[in-house]
Amino acid sequence: MTHPPNVRTAPQSAPHHAPPGHPPAQPPAGRGAWAEGRRRLRAAATTEPGRLQIIGAVLAALVVAFGAVTAFEVSARASAADDVVSRSQPLSADAAAIYRSLADADAAASSGFLAGIEEPSDVAQRYEKDIALASRLLVKAATNTDSSSESGQQIALLNEALPYYTGLIESARANNRLGRPLGGAYLRFANDQMSRDLLPAAQKLYDAETARLQQDDDDARFWPVLSLAAGAVAIGALVWAQRRNYRSTNRVFNTGLVAATAATTVLLLWLAVGHTVARAQLNDADLHGQQSLKVLGDARINSLKARANENLTVVARGAVLTNDGKSDKYETDYAVGMKQLGEQLHRAQLLADDGKGRGPVEAAVSAVSEWQERHKDVTRTDRAGDYDGVLRKVIGAEGSTGESFDKVDAALEEALAHEQHEFTAAAKDGRGALSGLPVGAAALGVLGAAGAVLGINRRLSEYR
Amino acid sequence: MTDTKARPSGRRSVRALRGWGGVAGMAAACALTAAVTLLPLSHGGADALTGNTGQALTSAVAAKADTCEDPEASLPPSSAGGPTIDAIKERGKLVVGVDQNSYRWGYRNPVSGGLEGFDIDLARAIAEDIVGSPDAVIFRAIPTNQRITALENGTVDIVVRTMTISCGRIEQVAFSTAYFQAGQQVLASKSSSITGYDTSLAGKRICSAEGSTAYEALEKNSFGATFKDKHDGLPGDEDLYTVPNQLDCLVRLQQGMVDAIVTDNALAAGQAAQDPAVELKGAKPFTTEYYGVATKLGHDDLVRRINQVLVDYRRGAWQKAYDRWLAADLPGITGPPQPKYRN
Repeated sequence: MTHPPNVRTAPQSAPHHAPPGHPPAQPPAGRGAWAEGRRRLRAAATTEPGRLQIIGAVLAALVVAFGAVTAFEVSARASAADDVVSRSQPLSADAAAIYRSLADADAAASSGFLAGIEEPSDVAQRYEKDIALASRLLVKAATNTDSSSESGQQIALLNEALPYYTGLIESARANNRLGRPLGGAYLRFANDQMSRDLLPAAQKLYDAETARLQQDDDDARFWPVLSLAAGAVAIGALVWAQRRNYRSTNRVFNTGLVAATAATTVLLLWLAVGHTVARAQLNDADLHGQQSLKVLGDARINSLKARANENLTVVARGAVLTNDGKSDKYETDYAVGMKQLGEQLHRAQLLADDGKGRGPVEAAVSAVSEWQERHKDVTRTDRAGDYDGVLRKVIGAEGSTGESFDKVDAALEEALAHEQHEFTAAAKDGRGALSGLPVGAAALGVLGAAGAVLGINRRLSEYR
Repeated sequence: MTDTKARPSGRRSVRALRGWGGVAGMAAACALTAAVTLLPLSHGGADALTGNTGQALTSAVAAKADTCEDPEASLPPSSAGGPTIDAIKERGKLVVGVDQNSYRWGYRNPVSGGLEGFDIDLARAIAEDIVGSPDAVIFRAIPTNQRITALENGTVDIVVRTMTISCGRIEQVAFSTAYFQAGQQVLASKSSSITGYDTSLAGKRICSAEGSTAYEALEKNSFGATFKDKHDGLPGDEDLYTVPNQLDCLVRLQQGMVDAIVTDNALAAGQAAQDPAVELKGAKPFTTEYYGVATKLGHDDLVRRINQVLVDYRRGAWQKAYDRWLAADLPGITGPPQPKYRN
């Protein structure tokens, strides 16, 4: 693009600082104030005091910029780390608790049903507590979630399906009390709703919340590249300025510039070390906390599903088959759940990084194998047609599969509590490693800039 | 597998030989062996039989067509023993396939925890006769579409489970004489516009048990009603219109997911007994069916023995059982169906 020549004529007043060799006829490039600034700058660059002024200004600007960028970037990292600790991880844990209480309610409802017309009060209470907890956590999750998001949609779905489910369970109970086999059909129908609608929605909610946690975690761990680059540039410029100073004056130290360099270096080191520590802690929280929490949470869900299916095998007694029509659906689902439970516990064992974490997982593993042994006995008893024996071996107080299931559940709860503690401690440490850094960056930036200006001014004064 | 298949066909070919002479008999034997050996063992077996192999049989075996005019005609009664009866006696327990969700027929009383009902009483009577005690019995709850498989693979000795004697089924299992006359009937809310198995079903949603006689009837004529799930028998089966157990239909009806149920009137009466808001529609069943005790094909000694038990049972115990379990919900039945025998 070309401009018509001389549309804007040269400034009317001749430049008073114009060097003698400069041809005044040549029009300055650029426009207005900007052109004026450039011209002045060029003029200043021709004298040593002028050059020193420019260097001082640039150094101060670089150091201040470094401080500002650092304060800004680290604040973002610190707030992401804070989100991990105080917002997204608790929400993910809540989603896991919703998922678990739903599965637990279903297992408790089927256990209570098997016990006959009078449900044992502890089983009934367990069911009530699960439903109450799920409802409460759903409300809490809803207040923290945008209703149009994936989580919001799943929460809405759960809020619709949960009262329907509890209604079906009450129908099952009422019919059972009246001695009607319809109760068993209602119980199976309720379980069907649970496994078709509620549990998948709870799983999606959990997955969405966990993804959000992962996002916050990644944000907090992302290297502050701009700050590091700005720091390197600022230090480089300071070193260059001091070298130049040394060459022209033969003086090794300029106090101001040394102070500026020290402040900048301290800030750069603080930034690098602080963020490395924060990253390491957050990595640790993810690896040893969150991943274990996920595997253990999945294991617990599978143990609950397997328990519900085991109970329903006894309730339905072959009334529902797999799609190929060859085997009992509930017995098959039980076997699938137990297999996954075994695999997840194995992974949890590998992830458990200390004795305190490994203990409960190993207790769960041995309780699972006990459960499977007892279940084989249940199947044998069932084949022999001894229904009372089956009931005793499934929901009895001692020596039953229910007892083994309770052991698994208790062990997994302990393991989960331990991993949750590990996670929170590590993530808090990570967040702590960044605390003070934004304020420190601002202070050190100002300090460094002041040093640079003072140092240059000292040199400048030698020309007056 | 081949062994268990070969035996019944061999037995039948002997019978066919007696009636038809050499050439026809051999042809029948070949056709029958092929048909029975190639039977699919899946739960769709009953449908596959009536649909496909039925045609192959009619041309080859005229004797079959005769039998099928009277599928409920069974072997003459006898109190003699035999290899099957000996095996049961040796075991000391009769293993009976029953339902535990059919109110008044075979159901588990949640109060007592025991199985009760009309079928259960009959099973006990058979156990008493064969093994000597009404308690010498192991009950196994089997689903509707596993009744035949359970007999074929020896999981149970007999099935007493409101099992309808039909032309298709007598190719797969042996039946005793009929112990109850029933028929398919429509069950709906008292306030429903549905009047029975007729055009009032048009546009309605109907529930039936997977692989049941009711489902077969609906396949023949559903009067424009919806009665199939999109993914029947596939992964993702909705289990809305066709369900694993007839009682599941009552849940769907109460939940407003279907408008009517088609099932045996005997079972429908059991459902109506559990829900005072529903009733049987139509003056009488639209089919006539007989319930029989089923055994594995070829267990002739057991069939004859059960028929003997039924001869005695019809004299008084039947009425007692009817009065106890069924009279209230299924009134107007004057007595057991008369037995029919074949030679």
